[in-house]
Formats: sequence, structure tokens, C-alpha cells
Amino acid sequence: MRRPLAACLAAVLLTTACGGGGERTVTVFAASSLTGVFGALEQRFEADHPGVDVRLNLAGSTRLAQQIREGAPADVFASANAATMADVADAGLVDGEPATFATNELTIAVAPGNPRGISSFADLADRGLTLVTCAPQVPCGAATREVERATGVDLRPDSEEPNVRAVLTKVETGEADAGVVYVTDVRSAGQRVTGVPFAEAREAVNDYPIAVLRNAADTSLARRFRDLVLGAAGQRELAEAGFGAP
Amino acid sequence: MRPDRGVPRALWIPAGLALALVVLPVAGLLARADWARLPELLTSAAALNALRLSLVTAALSTVACVLLGTPLAVVLARSAGRGVRVLRAVVLLPLVLPPVVGGLALLFLLGRNGFLGYLLDVVAGVRVPFTTAAVVIAQTFVAMPFLVVSLEGALRGSGDRFERVAATLGARPWTVFRRVTVPLLLPALGSGAVLSFARALGEFGATITFAGSLQDVTRTLPLAVYNQAETDVDSAIALALLLVVVAVLVIVVARPRALEGIR
Repeated sequence: MRRPLAACLAAVLLTTACGGGGERTVTVFAASSLTGVFGALEQRFEADHPGVDVRLNLAGSTRLAQQIREGAPADVFASANAATMADVADAGLVDGEPATFATNELTIAVAPGNPRGISSFADLADRGLTLVTCAPQVPCGAATREVERATGVDLRPDSEEPNVRAVLTKVETGEADAGVVYVTDVRSAGQRVTGVPFAEAREAVNDYPIAVLRNAADTSLARRFRDLVLGAAGQRELAEAGFGAP
Repeated sequence: MRPDRGVPRALWIPAGLALALVVLPVAGLLARADWARLPELLTSAAALNALRLSLVTAALSTVACVLLGTPLAVVLARSAGRGVRVLRAVVLLPLVLPPVVGGLALLFLLGRNGFLGYLLDVVAGVRVPFTTAAVVIAQTFVAMPFLVVSLEGALRGSGDRFERVAATLGARPWTVFRRVTVPLLLPALGSGAVLSFARALGEFGATITFAGSLQDVTRTLPLAVYNQAETDVDSAIALALLLVVVAVLVIVVARPRALEGIR
């Protein structure tokens, strides 16, 4: 019983020690809303650059910015809003100027087929509705607040989630009747939710900036990944996922 | 701390490392704290609300753990058979499950589309998610194993001699439980309750998944810390320190007495 276990452990240690040896890597920190697109771009980049390993670290933009400021080894940073990128740039950690590569808008996610008949942002103020939004501390919550200010609609959410995926999950599982998320989130959820677009979303369009970081291990490789995102192939993937053009 | 003569010296090195692993990160937290802004950060409405909610919910879930976990531990410790062995493993599941998965599991049971949640909604018009009750349930779920494990260990350690003697003297099972088993269990019950309280206080993943996060209703201290960390790290650290202080107070004040047994 003991011996196979020890052998397994040894095998695990060996493979982790050998794996990645001699390969060049690009570490990309990207906002979690970019999960699908950057996953596809990772594969394309690795196919175009044999021997290169792209490592994606996907999380909320503000958390990623904190990690970068604390010295996390990142080569490229793609943020879901300009303010977060500005924080990193102000700390002197960006190489050159950040470039906007996409935009994203809010939309309302509801159960498939919209059983509650929600048709506008103002409908969300209905107290009988179980509503979830992002917390105002994260970009999607800040954008929701902006729309509230612009429209004069006062939302009373039942929960303020720490990220947009959590909002989507609450709608997908049917716990919430409606959630305020990004257009791309509804697109990625496929049949599990229906999106209800609203005109006032224009009041809070999120810009997605990307930048090569000053402490990048391999600046030229990092630039090539950034160029892939900004180039035709990257833009096609982004448009397919529902992102707007910059 | 004088080295005890019975403790081999070789143990002091790993023991020191273990202590360093626990203490140094907390020291890092202390070093990063913005002490000048601390009073202002800690007396904000959001901080005080979160503290109150955390204390109330953790206390309630500790009570629930004691009321439900004690009988469970007695049943597990005093029954034999294969089924019991399986049950014991099942009781430990919340220790192994990532709390987020625990939260999802609770949603699938008590959520609007969960079988029990649906029943509650239709029959009684009660919805559990997004309420303070959901926080207590999530905390009880993750904290229960700590109580059951400490109690069961104590029960097995002490054996059932006293209970058998009491029974031969004519005591009924309920009297034996009340007059013999429970007094024997008090020390373990105390430390188990402290552990459960501490675990409930720090609960994050199951709570945010099952109960959501709303100030005054479901946003306990750990959730407030996570929320604040998005924009204001100083404020998150201040809240985290508050959590550390409460946890240390609970453990330091309650633990020694609990270990000696409250008689």
C-alpha cells in the first residue's frame, strides 16, 4: 500500500521538476471576463511560437493589479477597466503606453426565456424581484452605479457579489431573477441565461486596456502577445465573444 | 517557556518552524497595517456591521453545532458496524470539500430550485438564500466536523466503563447520557465549541456562494475583507486585524478553561 503511493509522489515531483524546462514562457494576467478569448489566443500563440508556453492568470482586474504591484511575475496585463490599468501605470510598472483593445457594456441577465418579463433597467427596481449585482468596489459594480446615477433608478440588490461571474452563477442557478452583468458574460453562458439589453448601458462603457509590463522577463515575446490581441486575429476572437471594438 | 525535560530537543526545530509558519504571516499583516488610519477604518459603519453580524452568526452556528453535533458524536462513538464507519467519513466531508463547493451543495438543496428549498418556498413561502439564516447554515455546515471530531475522540478515549456501571446500577439510557456522558464530555465540548466558533468566524466560501454578500444581512467580516481588498487594501487589512483580534480573544479566553472543563 505504501510503495505505490511513494512511487506516485516521486513521479509527480519528477514531472513537475522536468515540465517547462528549457521552454520560454509569457505570463499573461488577464481580467476574468477574458477567460474564453484569451484561452483561444493562448493556443494560437503557442501554435505560432513553438517552444513557447503562455501562462494565463485570470482573476478580477483589481486583484491582478494588486498582485502586480506586490511583485508578481507578470509580462502582460489586460485589465477590464482603465482605472485599474492607471493604478499599475502610476506605479511605474508599465512598459510604454497601455492600448485599449476592446470595450464591454452592461446588460441584464435573466432566466432563459425571461419569465419575469423584464424589459428595461427601471424594471430592476421592482422590490418583488430577487436581484444581484456586483459590489461597487469592482468594475462591473462601479458601472452599475454609474447607470443608476444616469437613470435615477435606485436598485436594492439582494446581494452584491465580488465579481461578475458570481452574479452570473446566481442567475444561472435560478437563485436570482435578474443580475446586472456584461454582454460578454451572457454570450458565454449560452442557453443558460437570456440577455435583456438596455439603452442606458451606453452611460458606462468599459474600456479594456492591455500593456506590456516593465519587469517582463522577455519583453519582445510579451509585445508579440500584445500585438496578437490588438491585431486582426485577436479582434476577431473578441468580436465573436461579444466585445465591442475600441 | 522553559524546555520541558520530557521533550526531546530535536522537536524544538520543527516546532519552531511550525510556529513561524503561523506567526510570521500575521506579523506581516501587522507590519502592513496603516495604524494611523486604523481607528477611523474600524469604526466605519460597514466594519461595525460586519463585526456584529460575524459575532451573532458565529455564536448561533456554534449553538447549532453543539445541539446537533453532540448527539451525532455520541451516536458515532457508541455504535459499531460498517455503516457507522461510512457515516464517520461522511461527517468529515465539509473539512475536505472546498467551501465554495459546500456553498453550491447547500444551494442545490436549499436554493429556489433545490428540492428542499422548492418545498419550503411553495409550502411556507420561505426562501433561504440571501438571508442571515443562510449564513448560519453555511457556517454550521463547515464548523460541525470540528465539534464532532473533538467529541468523538474524547468519547472513544474515555471508553464506556462509567456508562456501563451506571446502567448496571439501574440508570436509564437518558439518565446515563445526562448524568455521566455529558459531564465526561464537558472539556472536549468546550474545546470543540471554541474550534467550531473559530471556523464559523472565518467562514468565507460557502457563505458567499450560498448566502451572497450584502451589508447588514449577509456580509460577515471575511466577506467585508474580500470586498474591501478590491479597492482599499488598508481598510481590508484593518478589517482582517479585527478578525484576528476577535479570533485570538476567543481562543485565549475560552480555550484554557474549556480544556480544564467547566464544572
